[in-house]
Amino acid sequence: MAKTMLVGIDGSEPGVRAAEFAASVARAHEARLLVVYVIQWSPFTFNTPEENESRQRRREAEIEGAQSKVLAPLLAKLADSGCRIEGIVRHGRPAEILNQLAREENAAQIFIGRTGASGLQNLLFGSVASHLVQTASIPVTILP
Amino acid sequence: MNKIAMKCLLGLLSLLVVVGAQAQTQSTQRDLSTAQAWVEGIEDPTLGYRSWIHGIVPVAPAAPEADTGIDAAINAATAPIASWIGKVVFFKIPVFGAQLPLVVLWLVIGAVFFTFYMGFINLRGFKHAIELVRGDYADPKSNGEVSHFQALATAVSGTVGIGNIGGVAVAVTVGGAGATFWLIVAGFLGMSTKFVECTLGVKYRREFADGHVSGGPMYYLRQGFADRGMAGFGRFMGAFYAIGIGIGALGIGNMFQSNQAYVQLNQVAGGALDGLGWLVGLIMAGVVFLVIIGGIKSIARVTEKIVPFMALFYCLFAIIVILMNTTAIPQAIANIFAGAFTGAGVAGGAIGALIIGFQRAVFSNEAGIGSASIAHSAVKTKEPVTEGIVSLLEPFIDTIVICTITALVIGTAQVADPNFAGGAQGVAMTSAAFEREFAWFPIPLAFAAVLFAFSTMISWSYYGLKGWAYLFGESARSQTNYKMIFCAFVALGCIVQLGPILDISDALVFLICVPNILGLYFLAPIVKQELNAYFARIESGEIRKYK
Repeated sequence: MAKTMLVGIDGSEPGVRAAEFAASVARAHEARLLVVYVIQWSPFTFNTPEENESRQRRREAEIEGAQSKVLAPLLAKLADSGCRIEGIVRHGRPAEILNQLAREENAAQIFIGRTGASGLQNLLFGSVASHLVQTASIPVTILP
Repeated sequence: MNKIAMKCLLGLLSLLVVVGAQAQTQSTQRDLSTAQAWVEGIEDPTLGYRSWIHGIVPVAPAAPEADTGIDAAINAATAPIASWIGKVVFFKIPVFGAQLPLVVLWLVIGAVFFTFYMGFINLRGFKHAIELVRGDYADPKSNGEVSHFQALATAVSGTVGIGNIGGVAVAVTVGGAGATFWLIVAGFLGMSTKFVECTLGVKYRREFADGHVSGGPMYYLRQGFADRGMAGFGRFMGAFYAIGIGIGALGIGNMFQSNQAYVQLNQVAGGALDGLGWLVGLIMAGVVFLVIIGGIKSIARVTEKIVPFMALFYCLFAIIVILMNTTAIPQAIANIFAGAFTGAGVAGGAIGALIIGFQRAVFSNEAGIGSASIAHSAVKTKEPVTEGIVSLLEPFIDTIVICTITALVIGTAQVADPNFAGGAQGVAMTSAAFEREFAWFPIPLAFAAVLFAFSTMISWSYYGLKGWAYLFGESARSQTNYKMIFCAFVALGCIVQLGPILDISDALVFLICVPNILGLYFLAPIVKQELNAYFARIESGEIRKYK
């Protein structure tokens, strides 16, 4: 069975670089590449009843937007990279979802771009990359 | 089954007529002794039954109301209706020297029935409710939908309000410490009613073509009765509920809240806002407008976030205050148990304490009124039972935790110093109990009360809107009309004293628990079936944890 590799993207430039690099590694290993876009979402926020009511519709719109604006152009760009590529959109906390998918897909490796957010932002929220490094159960490659 | 239903309905209607007629003949006698009645814990002379429904007391001394023409005219026109409907809905029967409102009896009997019929779901579903809220059973593939936690938080912010702070103080003043015991018992029983109504809300909700969903008692009453071959009766019950919640939301969930928020702000400001009700009202109406019509989610998010933290902050400080009176705790708890069964010093003795405790609980957690069912039906889930199980936690949080903590704060303060409040009642009494330990506490407490009022208004604007939309359609224009009316009432609540309108609203909100509970009895077998099937699938491992 072919190996699976994951790459997490977020619509930023480092994410694209990570995907390109991941595609080249995947080709070398004849692995399948799963491109993952995670929409930031937490089940523990507070909503108004009207937000709850239209949530399903908004969720579909968010997934649709991520597919068409971020994932589809990237997949088109990587189309001739010579490895099998699939895209997936999920809601949740990026590092958590990447770990979860890695387990589900029995993945060999995770790639991720480093966005280099400002110091304060990192201090408050922590970066996806550093969170992933601390929690992943498989090797993680971080691209600058 | 149909015949039984018709008989029940006829019986109910004739009861209402008889009760109404009796109430009218009694009204003249009762008016003579209203001052005495308040002492006995029945009602305040100026506020009428609003005092015991919401647990409020007049701000001393009751400011003379300016007879500015319009409100006086409205009051004069609506007072007879208010007085009649109030006397019918809140009709009380004397029981061993205490006064028992029939509507409280109706709600408590329902809660007892559902507790037994569902096999003590309030106990056996509790652990599972927490697992669901934690997200243990959430499939990551459906991430992004409304989570159980979010549905619970939305529903809770609609019920936690001024009653949890001031209402409890009134209850322990008139019902004694023993009322706390019965309040907990009623909160516990109410969990089962919530379970049934929220499960049905999700099961019978309607999904529209554009993906949005609407649900609540009006939908399960209509559909549930139609499924049993009583389509006409179901339509009547659904429409009746929708009218009740639509109008009721303007008072209990709106004018009353904005008025109380103004009172709290004015007290903190030391009366600096006297006569500025119109300004406070317009500002509050403006903020509500921005949220519900302007769609300014940031304001809503801020309040929806602050309210739970305020509730936590309140509980945390309450526990600290209780612990600071460590030596008083055993005596305070002993008083609760002793008072529950002896009712020493309470009109009507133990029965009086019981009635007041039950009353406070049902008016606080709204189990049986069906409002939370509207909030929960917005959640997408394959298993309606899961929403019901999660909703068990609402009476638990609202009544068993927050109300009980307030009662203990007051109880321990009373043991330490029987005259700690110096005659203050309601919110002011709770505030005084906190002030004994933390002099600065009244200010954040008033702030919390204002925010609780605001979040209650947001939640009730939705409940009322759903009633309106059920009657007049889901179009955006029709909904905006209701929202405009709602905002106007926010301002009115601070500007004019429309007592009779508030009374009508209260009466309607408690009147709709008649069709609601009746519907719950009819549909309970369906809920039980779903519940058993659901637990069977958990046992068999068909429904599994993801964490």
